[in-house]
Amino acid sequence: MPQTQRNDDIELRLLIEAIYLKYSYDFRDYSGASIKRRVHHALRQFECKTISALQERVLHDPTAFMQLLQFLTIPVSEMFRDPEHFLAIRQEVVPVLKTYPSLKIWIAGCSTGEEVYSMAILLREEGLLDRTIIYATDINPRSLEKARQGIFSLENVRAYTQNYQKSGGQRSFAEYYTAAYDYAIFDKTLRENVTFADHSLATDSVFSETHLISCRNVLIYFNKNLQNRAFGLFHESLCHRGFLMLGSKETLDFSDYSKQFAPLLKQERIYRKL
Amino acid sequence: MNDITVASSPLRPVDAVVVGASAGGVEALLAIFEGLGPDFGLPIIVVLHLPDAHRSQLAEVFARRLALRVKEATDKEPISPGTLYFAAPGYHLSVEGDYSFSFSQEARVHYSRPAIDYLFESAADAYQHRLAAILLTGANQDGAQGLYTVKQRGGVTIVQDPQEALVATMPQAALDRIKPDYILPLRGIGRLLCELERIEC
Repeated sequence: MPQTQRNDDIELRLLIEAIYLKYSYDFRDYSGASIKRRVHHALRQFECKTISALQERVLHDPTAFMQLLQFLTIPVSEMFRDPEHFLAIRQEVVPVLKTYPSLKIWIAGCSTGEEVYSMAILLREEGLLDRTIIYATDINPRSLEKARQGIFSLENVRAYTQNYQKSGGQRSFAEYYTAAYDYAIFDKTLRENVTFADHSLATDSVFSETHLISCRNVLIYFNKNLQNRAFGLFHESLCHRGFLMLGSKETLDFSDYSKQFAPLLKQERIYRKL
Repeated sequence: MNDITVASSPLRPVDAVVVGASAGGVEALLAIFEGLGPDFGLPIIVVLHLPDAHRSQLAEVFARRLALRVKEATDKEPISPGTLYFAAPGYHLSVEGDYSFSFSQEARVHYSRPAIDYLFESAADAYQHRLAAILLTGANQDGAQGLYTVKQRGGVTIVQDPQEALVATMPQAALDRIKPDYILPLRGIGRLLCELERIEC
């Protein structure tokens, strides 16, 4: 006989199902432990006693859902995060990218845009940005809007500056932004070739052929099923020998696609499609 | 032997052991694990707070000193018996319902990522009463909430005797929150681990 579930777990499942049915956001295959913590965190902010109460609010009030979505997605990001990863792109990947007359790059789960601006700066310094189209996608419209604006707190940008220098940056990082009060407004020409778009790795399909896909610290929030779905999309989108970049603790090892990509640099989580 | 044991009922069987430690944790962990042989049958999952740069060598350091199989936990990895896992630097480590690991980068808890609370709470959800949780020396409050959840689910709770701990804050914070099954010095915790394994299944 199956073990009876705790109320909390039943309510969590019902909430996730309700969100999917009502708003088409699919969290059903997200890793359970983290989503549970985030919903509990939201409960306190919403001052709801139970997940069922939160479900009622969210089901009848789209604004409340948009607020909840901010808890369900994790906008933790930085520019040139793991500088050695970006150094490896410069040294090992850029020489190959330079052989293409035009480039398409997909940054999946771009959150508030830190990875997008990092990639754009790197490409500009390598003389590739003008012939590149970057698709930057996320499920959270508010994050996408922030990414589009390209305004980051000056305090964070100081930390990014160190990352940038360690990543093989060739200029002064301050050349890429204008400081205004406590904010750094990034050079808008960096995003001239960037298309920001709403796209879900859980429910949407491939929209373009690409040469490089960067999806960093997104897949850790997915269970194995959903990871497989995402890897499937990446495999379909990438051209022959296309590049896949993952977060520093993410791996293809436990997925169905481990045999369909080969690590170019295992430590830096850079793979090529076979 | 003046081990302080507050448990009234016999030791209950468990499927996994989770351990949290902070300041002074390396020595404390070595002390409780050094008596375990290579055939120790339970998985042991550890969150140890350390400055980012020092953490990644943990598995290697412990592998050299212990008879156990030691490795850094990997996202989505199924948890194997007889292995000592360390949480990776910069990521919270959780146990999923299918007994695999998952990583996340939610905000720090008690200035810590990985956080002991996140490991303990998720492991309590996954293993329910078949879990032992051990909280050792440390200078913050992490782990008290997690230990509370383990106790609620009927798991075995063990706190290092604050008198003996290098830094008493963390075990004391747990004792202020719950009455654990055991309050023991390190040597006693080592012996308890051996007993936990013997009554497995």
